[in-house]
This record gives sequence, structure tokens and C-alpha cells, in this order.
Amino acid sequence: MAFLDISSVRKVYGQNVVVQDFNLAVERGEFVSFLGPSGCGKTTTLRMVAGFEQPTAGTIRIGGKDVTYLPPNQRNIGMVFQAYALFPNMTVADNIGFGLKVAKKPAAEIGPRVKEMLELIKLPHLADRYPYQLSGGQQQRVALARAIANKPQVLLLDEPLSALDAKIRVSLREEIRTLQKALGITTIFVTHDQEEALSMSDRIVVMSEGRMEQVGDPFDIYNYPKTRFVAGFVGTLNTLKARVLDPGAGKLSIDGQEAVTSRPLNGSPADSIRTVALRPEAVALGERVNGGNGLSGTIEEVGFLGSVVRIKVRLGENAISLDTFNSSSVTPPKRGDTVSIAFTRDDLLVLEDNDAH
Amino acid sequence: MKSERFGPWLAMVLGTLYFVVPLIATFEFSLRKRRGVYSFDAYASVFSDSRFIESFGYSTFIALLTIVVGVLLVVPTAYVIRLRMPRMRPIVEFITLLPLVIPAIVIVFGYLRLYNSSSFLPLTGTARSTDLLLVFAYVVLAMPYMYRAVDTGLRAIDVKTLTEAAESLGASWWTILFKVILPNVRVAVLSGAFLTFAIVIGEFTIASLLNRPAFGPYLQLVGANSAYEPSALAVIAFVVTWACMGLIQLFGSGIRGSSAAPR
Ligand SMILES: Nc1ncnc2c1ncn2[C@@H]1O[C@H](COP(=O)(O)OP(=O)(O)OP(=O)(O)O)[C@@H](O)[C@H]1O
Ligand SMILES: [Mg+2]
Repeated sequence: MAFLDISSVRKVYGQNVVVQDFNLAVERGEFVSFLGPSGCGKTTTLRMVAGFEQPTAGTIRIGGKDVTYLPPNQRNIGMVFQAYALFPNMTVADNIGFGLKVAKKPAAEIGPRVKEMLELIKLPHLADRYPYQLSGGQQQRVALARAIANKPQVLLLDEPLSALDAKIRVSLREEIRTLQKALGITTIFVTHDQEEALSMSDRIVVMSEGRMEQVGDPFDIYNYPKTRFVAGFVGTLNTLKARVLDPGAGKLSIDGQEAVTSRPLNGSPADSIRTVALRPEAVALGERVNGGNGLSGTIEEVGFLGSVVRIKVRLGENAISLDTFNSSSVTPPKRGDTVSIAFTRDDLLVLEDNDAH
Repeated sequence: MKSERFGPWLAMVLGTLYFVVPLIATFEFSLRKRRGVYSFDAYASVFSDSRFIESFGYSTFIALLTIVVGVLLVVPTAYVIRLRMPRMRPIVEFITLLPLVIPAIVIVFGYLRLYNSSSFLPLTGTARSTDLLLVFAYVVLAMPYMYRAVDTGLRAIDVKTLTEAAESLGASWWTILFKVILPNVRVAVLSGAFLTFAIVIGEFTIASLLNRPAFGPYLQLVGANSAYEPSALAVIAFVVTWACMGLIQLFGSGIRGSSAAPR
């Protein structure tokens, strides 16, 4: 059995179903992110693991032990909050040592452990400062040290980086991941930032409206999104309506032009409508390369994004946005030009939801 | 421009005079015990009266007890209301305001009825248990101030997140309350405590009707029987009260720095 096991968990507030059908097995030492838009139930799920909320149904096990109804102070978890939540009346060292003191560890053990933690977060010189004398990034590192000082079974982080500015966010992201790997702590990380989730996680749980949309490693989530929601949330994406011509051969018709996908069409009958998807960076201007797809259309929009030029090509009912590098030696295409675009069979994704709107 | 300035100044001068003139007059009068010259004779006579020391000591002791009981009652209540029952807040706030609306004399007669020596809980039976009743009464009297002070202090910290952080670190309710919450509302508790002290030291009605040897009844007694000593006592009581206020200010600004919530 997995180290942290969340099975069939459901949470209802009044009439409001906030989390449902949540099943997740997290291995020891694994780093799992919950990714999804605001209000999708990430925090609620995390708080059920922490013990601050109780599931309406389902069970949560940590290390084989059923903790579903165990109060948080008996779960041996570490928690990091968006708002840092350091104790204002205690110094950095006292904050970090709080959990050890509560656990009645001898002072001879607490001192060295706090010191070790301070080294780990690279702030040994700030031991005697108070939280209000620290920057946001420093406070969050202290909060992290405090959470892991007593060797928790599971580390839970709820958007720990969202209150920080962009540069610190990136460096702290790496720091957290390095630390987590070095100590081998089983970790759940809540975020609505896809870049954060993709760069840090062993696995990502993409959530929407209380449901798990897809679970997979970052590579799979990004390259093989299963639903339109996942594809749209993780990166920008062109979604197109296509008519199935030959399900066996993966042949489709997009606005009357033929394209082939190497993805299974899951037994869709001929003439049915499917939603397919293309990432902007997977599409190039130019003629088809052997074995690939080629379509032609009219340029509707040209947008400069600095080093990248984003071009929107109208095919008919569908339009495709694609990215090309901005180069001073190449004159960019203009509005109204007729162009050919090309992409591989692999890049033409078939999404699970059949509704095409 | 000038006339605009004149109005506020006039108001302030009038207000100050309203406060200060009777005070100076009282002080001046208290110095006139010896005929023809100013002297501190009245004060000397007050301080040499053993009943002054006794009643003041008694009231101080009762005040300290009141503060302890009040803090133990109000801090956990205000904390739980903020954390778990935010919808109850207006109701609790209303209840804590009641002592301002219900006169002390009504409260004390209620007590005498409820706790007299032939009742189910004869608190007025012995001197010690009457002291206890007095403390409880003062806790009620001071509640509007204590509750408001503590509640304001709690507003300044993120009670919910701090509680959860402590819980996740394994802390019990007891630990959270005394190691995390209380130290962070220390300033608020102190100002509530000083206000309580000022109220208890000067209180007359309840102490008198419960027949306890407190400072308030002593003040009244002296006032009824001599001329200059009451003025001296009034000045002393005033100085004590303002010393309390001064301490609130001092602690309020002095500790603020180390107890400020992180932003
Ligand atoms: N105590 C509560 N009572 C009622 N509804 C709640 C409660 N807590 C959360 N909800 C609702 O549950 C839903 C999920 O909330 P949750 O905080 O889990 O979202 P989230 O994914 O963490 O969002 P965000 O990214 O904004 O933090 C929301 O619609 C929210 O309004
Ligand atoms: Mg959240």
C-alpha cells in the first residue's frame, strides 16, 4: 500500500460538493502537486490530509494507519501556509524549535536540530531575529524549516510561494525541491501556477470543480493532456473541431482538409465530431514534412511577444495560433496572406471530451 | 485662516479647564489642613491611618485576583469565538456590554438574593466566600473593557492560521492558548488589566453592600467624617488611576514592536 492513501474522499459544505471521487496513492518520498484554478478544492483536500477538515466520506491513511478522523496535532504532519504563519512572539530559532519543544524533546537535542535546520535553509545568522524583521522569502524558509524540524511523515504546502515576488519564487521553488529530495519527505504541494507544478513535481494532480481531471508526471500532463480542461490549463492550446474520416487510420477532416493523428480515436465512428488539440509551439509555418500534416489557411492576426511572434491562421470554422521566432532577417507574414502550416501526427492530440464547443 | 484655528483652540482650552480647574482646586484645598500655610498634613494623616493602608491593600489584592480571573475567562472566550464561532460575536459582544447598562446596585442586589446564606450557594456566608463573590462581581464590571481590549488584540494577529500552524506542529489547545495566543495579545491584556485595576480600586457600591473593607467604602467613610483628608484621598486616587493609564500607554508603545503581526 502506498505511504499516503486518499481513497474515495468526498467533501460537502451544505449543498455544495467541494471535493468528490478523490483517489490518490502517494509513495514514500514522492512530491505530488495539486494544480487547478481557484475554488477547485485543492486547499480543502490538503486540509483534509492535515486534519483541519474531515471528509464527508472516504478514508485517508498515512503509513498504513487510518487518520481520517485523527486531530491534526496527532498526525505528525508539517504544514506551510501561504501567509507564513510564523509565531510573532518567538524568534526564528524558537519558531523552528516549537514542534520539538511541544514533542518534549530534550533541550540537548532541540538546539542542534534547530541549528541544522537553519543551515539547511541557509539562514544561520538570523536565529535570534523576530519574524517581523525578516523578508517574505526568509519568513517562508523559516516556516519550511519549522514544518520539517520534527521529521513529519508528510509535508503539506498550500501555495507557499504565491505571496512572494517572481524572482524569489523561482529560487525558493528550487530550494524546496532540493530539500525535499535530500530529506526524502513525502510532500503535497498546492498551487494554481502550472509552471510551478511542472517544474517541481514527481506527479501532478490536475483538479477542476472538485474532481481529479488527470494524474500524471509533468511530461505526460503537458504532452498528453487527456481533457480539454487539462490541455487548456497547462499551457495555451488550440482546440479544433474535427470530423472523423477513418477511425482506424486516425484520419480526420479539419474544415475540409485532411489530417492524420497517431493518437487513438477510442472507437469514435466515422463522421462523428471530436475535439483535437495543437500546441502553438508544435505548429510551424511551411510545407508538410514527409509523413506529417499540412494545412493551409489565411493569416488573421500577427502579434509580437518579443522574441516570439504569435500568428493566428484561419482555416474556416477553426483557427490555429502558432509561434515562430522573431528574426530580423526574415520578414514576418502579413495579415491576409495565405500560408501553409505543418505539424506532426504525434502533435495532433485527441481530447477525451466529445462536446465540441 | 486665523479664525479657523481659533475655534479648535478655544474648544481645547475650555475642555482642559473643565478637567483641570476642579483638580487644582481639590489639590489646593487638600494642602490647607494647617491654618495659613500650604502643607501636606492631610496626606500625612491619610498615610498614617492604618485603615487606608489596609483598605488599599485589600482592594489591590482583589483587583489582582479580578485581573487573573478576568484574563482566564475572557482570553479563551474571545479566542474561541473568533476561531470557531464568528457568528456568535455580536451576541457575545452585547453580553459583555451589559454591565455598562445594568447598574452595579442591581447586580449586587441580584447577588444578595441568589447567594445569601440561606440559598443553594451561600457565597455570602463567610468573609472569604464573599471576597470571591466580590471578585466575580468585579470581573463582570470590568468585562466590557477586558473583552474589547482582548478582542482588538486578537484582531491584530491571524488567529486561525497561527492556531493551525501550532496544531500541525503537535500543540495541544492548552499550549496554543498559553504559548501562542496569550503572548501575542499581551499588550491588549495589559491594557485591559490596568483598566480593571482602576475600576476595582475606586468601586464603592458592591464592596459597600457586600460589606467588604475595600478602598471605595473607606473613601466614603473618610469623606463623611473629615474635611481635608477626602481631598487628599481624591488626589491620591486620581494619581493611581492616571498611573495606570500611563502604564497602558507605556506598554502599548513599548512592546508593540516585538508583538506586531507579520505582514
Ligand atoms: N468552510 C467552508 N464552507 C463552505 N464552503 C467552503 C468552505 N471552504 C471552502 N469552501 C468552498 O469550497 C470550494 C473549494 O475551496 P478551496 O479553498 O479548496 O479552493 P482552492 O482550490 O484552494 O482555491 P484557491 O486557489 O482560491 O485557494 C470553494 O468553492 C469554496 O467556496
Ligand atoms: Mg486554496
